[in-house]
Order: sequence, then C-alpha cells, then structure tokens
Amino acid sequence: MSVDTSKVADTNAGTAATPKKPGKAGVVANWADERLGLGTLMKKNLRKVFPDHWSFMLGEIALWSFVVLLLSGVFLTLWYTPSMGEVEYQGSYNPLRGVEMSEAMASTLRLSFDVRGGLLMRQMHHWAAMLFIASMMIHLLRVYFTGAFRKPRELNWVIGSLLLLLGTLEGFTGYSLPDDLLSGTGIRAADGFMKSMPVVGTYMSFFLFGGEFPGESIIPRLYTVHVLLIPGILLALIAAHMLLLVYHKHTQWPGPGRTEENVVGFPMLPVYAAKAGGFFFIVFGVSALMGGLLTINPVWKFGPYDPTKVTAGSQPDWYMGWPDGALRIMPGWESHFWGVTLSWNVFLPIIVLPGLMFTILMMLPFLESWITGDKRDHHLLQRPRNAPTRTAVMVALMTFYGLMWAAGGNDIIAIKLHLSINQITYFMRAAVFIGPVIAFIITRRWCISLQRHDEQKLLHGYETGIIMRSAEGGYSERHLPVNETEAYTLTAREREEVWTPGDETDANGVPAKRGRFDGLRAKLSTLMYADNVQPVTKEELEAAHHHADHEHELQASLDGQPADGHQFDGHHAVDGENLRGDH
Amino acid sequence: MSIDHGRDVTRAADSEKNLPAIPDPGLPEHTWRPTDVDERLAKRAERQVATLFGLSSVCVLLFLVSYFTLDVGDNHTTFAGFGASTIALGSTLGGALLFIGIGIIQWARKLMGDHEISEMRHPARSSDEDREETLKALALGAEESGIGRRPLVRNSLLGAVGLLGLPAIVMLRDLGPLPGNKLYSTVWEKGMRVVRDVVGTPINQADLEIGDLVNAEPEIVFAVDEDGEHVLHGVELQVAKSKAAVILLRMDPSDITPGKGRENWSVDGIVCYSKICTHVGCPISLNERKTHHLLCPCHQSTFDLADSGKVVFGPAARALPQLPLMVDEEGFLVAQSDFTEPVGPSFWERG
Repeated sequence: MSVDTSKVADTNAGTAATPKKPGKAGVVANWADERLGLGTLMKKNLRKVFPDHWSFMLGEIALWSFVVLLLSGVFLTLWYTPSMGEVEYQGSYNPLRGVEMSEAMASTLRLSFDVRGGLLMRQMHHWAAMLFIASMMIHLLRVYFTGAFRKPRELNWVIGSLLLLLGTLEGFTGYSLPDDLLSGTGIRAADGFMKSMPVVGTYMSFFLFGGEFPGESIIPRLYTVHVLLIPGILLALIAAHMLLLVYHKHTQWPGPGRTEENVVGFPMLPVYAAKAGGFFFIVFGVSALMGGLLTINPVWKFGPYDPTKVTAGSQPDWYMGWPDGALRIMPGWESHFWGVTLSWNVFLPIIVLPGLMFTILMMLPFLESWITGDKRDHHLLQRPRNAPTRTAVMVALMTFYGLMWAAGGNDIIAIKLHLSINQITYFMRAAVFIGPVIAFIITRRWCISLQRHDEQKLLHGYETGIIMRSAEGGYSERHLPVNETEAYTLTAREREEVWTPGDETDANGVPAKRGRFDGLRAKLSTLMYADNVQPVTKEELEAAHHHADHEHELQASLDGQPADGHQFDGHHAVDGENLRGDH
Repeated sequence: MSIDHGRDVTRAADSEKNLPAIPDPGLPEHTWRPTDVDERLAKRAERQVATLFGLSSVCVLLFLVSYFTLDVGDNHTTFAGFGASTIALGSTLGGALLFIGIGIIQWARKLMGDHEISEMRHPARSSDEDREETLKALALGAEESGIGRRPLVRNSLLGAVGLLGLPAIVMLRDLGPLPGNKLYSTVWEKGMRVVRDVVGTPINQADLEIGDLVNAEPEIVFAVDEDGEHVLHGVELQVAKSKAAVILLRMDPSDITPGKGRENWSVDGIVCYSKICTHVGCPISLNERKTHHLLCPCHQSTFDLADSGKVVFGPAARALPQLPLMVDEEGFLVAQSDFTEPVGPSFWERG
C-alpha cells in the first residue's frame, strides 16, 4: 500500500490533557489506591499480553457460560421450592391440573407457565449447562492436542479435569431437581449404582435418601449440593485456573518472532479486554436465543415422578451418556461369596470405570513427562501431527468415549436404524476394546504421514498444481518454495530424544540407579518418538536448495511466463495473467 | 530422499542443535488496516458500532414491551410449541446481548490499535536466592516453634486435630436410618389383592385374556380407613409403591416352565412378577407379546416371564422376583405371600 502511515496513530489515545486539579475519577482512583495499592497491581496487568488464536476461545466459552449459569440460576432459586412435599397442581398448565406431585415439580411448572420469563430462564440455564460442559470438553481436547498441558501447566490440567468432573456432577444434580418422571428415574438408577458398592453401598443409599428410596430428603439435599457446595468449589477452582493462566502467561503458536521466551499478542487493555468482554455478551446472547427458541427438558411432558412408572427411551443428559453406555453393554456378572453379593455388572461400569477414566485423564501430563523424560518448560504449542503418539492416545480415548456414548443410545439406534438391539450390544462389547486400538494405529500413522508431507513441502516446495511438460514429453508438477514465514514455522520445533535407561547422571557424573520400570519406559519412549519425523536440519535444507536451484535452472525460462506458478504464492503479480479468470 | 531417518533419532545434547534450520525472521511488519489510513472508513466503522449498540437498546425496549404485553400460562402452545412470551423475551434479550457483543468486537477489530506487542516470559520457578531465603525462614520458624525438638507437642497436636475428623463424620450419622431389614420385604402379604395401577380395582382372573399385561399394585396402596383417609401416604406410600409394583401377564399355561417349587404360583396361566428391574431398579413394562419377554427401557435387560423371570439378555444378573398368586373366595387375584427374595437392584448384604 502506498499510503503515508507516518501520521497514523497506533493507539486511540489523543493528546493527554494535564488537568490542574485531579478530576472526580482521579479523586476516586487516589482514594482506592491509597487503601488497596491498585496502581502497582494494575501497572503489571493492564497491558498484559494475550496471544490470539481461535482455539483459545474455547475455554472462554466455558467461563462465560458459567457466569450465565450463575445469573440464570439465581433467578430460578427465587421461585423453585426444593421440597418433596405432596401438593395438587393447580397452575395454568391444563393437562396436569389436579395431579398430585411434589412441590419441586409444581414450582418448576409454575416457573415454566406462570412466571414471565421463567421458562426462558429455565431453558437458558439448561442450555448454558450444556455449553459449559461441551466447551470444557473441547477446551480439554485443544489443550491436550496442542501440548499446552506440559510443564509448567500440569496442575492447571488437573484443575481443569476436576472442573469437568464437578461440572458433570453439577449437571446431574441440576436436572434431577424438577422431580419429573425422567429425572426421578435417573435418581432411582443412581440409588441402584450406590447399592452396588461393596460394604458401604446400602448405607450410602440410606444416608443419602434419608431412609429407603425415594424418601423425602433427596431433592432438598441435591438442591444444597447444586446451589451451594459444587458451585462454591467450581468458583474456587475456576479462580485458581485463571490465576495460574495469568501467572504462567498463555501459550502461543510458534512463528516468526514467537519463541519460548516471549509472548506475542494483544494487550489486555484495550483489545483483549474488549474481545473477551464482547465475547461474554455473545455467549450470553446465544444462550438467551437458545433458551427462547429451543425447547429443552420439557418436564411438563414427562409428568411428575412416580416410582412405578417409566418412559421408553429413558436417557440421561448427553454428558452422562458414556457411563450409561458402559452400563448397558456390561454382561450381567454378579458374584455371591461369604454371604455377600458383589454386582460387577453395576459396580464396574458405573463406579469403577468413570473413576478410572478421570484418573487416567488427570495423569496424562505426568505419564507423558515420565515417558519422554522431558523436564523443560514449554510455552510453544505443538501441532497435533507433530506429536503423533500423543494425538493417537487422545483419539483412542475419544473413540472409547464415542463408542460408549453410542452404546448409551443403543435403543435409539435400534429403533431408528431397524437393527437388533442384541446385535448392537454384542458389537459394542467388542468395539469398545478394538475400536480405540484401530483408532490409535490409524491416527499415529496419519500424523506421521502429515509430518512427512510437511517435510517434503519444506524441502521441495509446495505443489503449485501446474503440470509441466518437458521437451521429451514427460510430465511433472511444478513445486515452488514456501514463503519464509511458513518455512520458519515448519522448522520451529524441537528435536525429540528417545529416552534410554542409564542416560541420567547425578551431579558427580555417577549414572543414576536403574529403576524397575526402566525397560517399559524405554519401550514407551520409543513408541512415542522413534517413528516421528524430526525437523529438517540446515544440511538437509541446503542440499534440498541445491537440488532446487538445479531444477530452477531447467525451468528458469518460465519465470515471468503467465504459467510460472508464482501467481499463486504472491511472489510477484503477473500482468495480464488470467489463469484464474478475471479479477 | 530418505523419509525414514526418524529411526535414528540422535540425541540433541546441545541446544545448538535445537535451533530451527531457518533463522527466526522476527515479527512480521505491522500492516495498516483500511480504517487506520482512511478516515472515511474509520467513521463508517464508528457508525456501524454505534448502530449495533443502538439496535441493542431497541431490543431492550422490545423486551420490555413483550414482558408487559404477552401473557404466559395457558398460551404455551401459541407458537410452534412455545409460549409467545418465551419466544419474544428470548429473541429480544438475545438480540440485546448479541448486538452489544458484536459491537464491541467490531470496535476492537476495526478501531482499536492493533499493534501486537511482545512480553518476555519468566520461569514459573522462584529464583535460587528466593528459595534459599524461604527455606531459611521455614527453618527458622520450625526452630523457633520447637516443633522438631518437642515431638510430644507435635504428635499430640496431630492426634487431636486428626480426631476432630470424627465429629465431622459422626455428625452425618443422622442423615438416615440404618438399612436394617427394610430391603428384604415389601407391603405384600398373604391374601392381599392385586389391583390395577392408577384405578385400584381388583382383578378377576376371568378379566384377563391370554397375552394381556396389567400394571398392578398391592391393594393397600389404594386402601382407605373408616374416615376415608388413605392408609398409606407421603413417604410411606412412595416407598411402598417403589418396591411393591408388579406386572401381571396371562399366557397359555402350556407356555409356562414353572421353576422348582413354583408350580402353584400361577393361576391359570396368570403370572405375577416384580416390576422393579434387578439391574438398577427401573420399573419395567415393555412386553414382547409373542415371546413373553419383558424389556427394561433403561438398560435393556430382558426377562423371560414364562421361565421364572430369568434374564435372557442385557446387563441384569438376577431373575425378576415372582409373586406367588392365588384366587380368593370372590375370584379375585391375591398374593400367597410377600416376595420370597428382596426386589430391585442387588446390594452387598443381599447374600
């Protein structure tokens, strides 16, 4: 652009005025600073740098939907009655008028039909809960696939995993509160889950329900857990999550000028604050639109809870679907010994499995650093393809999750696809074990192929799509070098080292004692790194350039021709070239 | 070229080797946006942003109008299954929020300075000096408190604080009664009539045709005393219903394979089973007429009612408990006794 930019301001600030007396704002600022010392605190953080990438927005969705949940939740508590006392419904929803139900259900109906904006807030609250959990999951995947969980951020990964676990429990306790037929069935199943626990199960059930199921205590107790206990912990953990984010500074993608030592992006004030703040309004607005336009959890259609009734197609909210799937495909195993009963068919899939999966999830950063022996700080993100085994591990876990989730809808699949539910179940029993293995192998090889493709692109240029015919009549595709930014970005990653036992020495050069798991660790490290394509070296690059120069000589006469390929890479515009039509 | 050199990964002991093959070209030069260099475009963006904020205010006004003019209540089916009020309030509130959000982001993108700045990182770890000082302070604190020198004080404090956990746990004791024998019995007893669910009418054996399935309950669920008050109400009623609900099914007597000792538990092809799934306790009622199979809608456990309620498919481990049936002098179906085993999901003490 040939515009004179020398006179353009690079901030919005005009000429600073120097008032003789401080204005009203100045007086307030002075008052606050003299008591709180805000000046020093804000000096550091007002221009704090946040890097920009669309994927960094996923956690923000989770954060803002949590705020929407707090706001809409407070509104709901003003009308909701957490009581299982029986009343006869006399509100404006005709089909249920005169029906006996709990006060919880009756007040939910009142919120839905007699309080203006009540249904909107109920649905906003439920949709925001879905957004909260879904965005936490996708944020988790982003963090994992890009290696953002590595040192020094392992503990923030653990906090994030706990947030997901608590968010799921919060969701379950929340949708149980209306005391409708569907959620009541869920609570009854939860009672069955508890009873499957060895030794303490029956006591847990009696203590939680205040006696035999259903009792009259479960709804008020879940209410306390839902509006006080879990939100309090969530709030504390979110605060810790954000504080650590600020302390560690955000990770960034490698690129020209973006290194392990710096962080490049927009300052907190004004751009980042504006974008994040604006995004809060967008998440809030989308929740409001969803709450207004999309029905969710229409409890008036399910009716009040009755322990003798159930509806076909009973399913929990989607995030509870995967353990439900495990429960469905589990064979009916039960042991009787020493006068007691152990229900493997319930205990394993619903108590042990989720606990195991969350433990694995939280251990992932520590497992990886143990395998690789990498104890350095990492602030630059990795592309998923550049960590093939890590990427494959998560895809395998996702496959497991997805298959379990599908198994949780085996009845729906059977009905919609006209399949036998028995066959679907038998298939799933095998698929949840075989599927992840296949996914692991395919993903890992796929990533390595992509790495090779990157290497080719760097060494031999990108494919222009232009086919050359040599004088001899042979055809070949013209490759042109990638631009400097891309070339640098492709090479800006670290070489990986396969961990081998006995490499570590202490301060005096004495080899470290060999551990019991050294063999396993070495094997895993080989799996992790040995097949990966390492970043090209200077020598390889020079050799390739030499080769390319030779090629170039052969094709030199083409430069400047309409079809030399450069019109696609912005190296130069070609006058009169109209290969891409008029433009 | 060789694409297999990943096999011989060399150890990059020196950081020299970890430097990218291409030197860092540094941050690209800042490019100016049209709104930076053309005041007309900047003004236009300013108008756009202001318009978005204005639209938000319009939405707020519409929200208020909708709140006070549209009724809730009976009109919940007014428009595509939603109350008009909910739709109007949701759209206007959503619009009001979205327009603010889009406006702010447009402002940030078009008008705010877009110079990327760079900041140095600092290691998360403290400096060695800080660590040393902290360790010294800790050591001094430990020394001055004498916690290391006076193990009696330390250990008795640890013991006392540990014991404080007990009240916290014991206080939860009254959350509920102990299970006792409650799970082993239901309200069924000898001679209690089997009555239809919802309406509570007794069932004459002749009322049922082959293939008929009836959701039934014990008579006591509907019973009233002399004053017309329900005998069971509140929690008691809910607990009774949640354990005693049954399924009646009449089939061809020749289809039934009676279990050992259960030869006289059915009446003329009518069998009665607990409706509570032995898996996790959902009520079951999906009947497959031809096969006498009963399917639980929660996790698809399937029970064969012609064969002592045995599990034929799904995650349940135990057969459905069967209620022994007989006929009273008036020809109505009654129970011979309570269930002979606990109903519902398994539990540890069940044996």
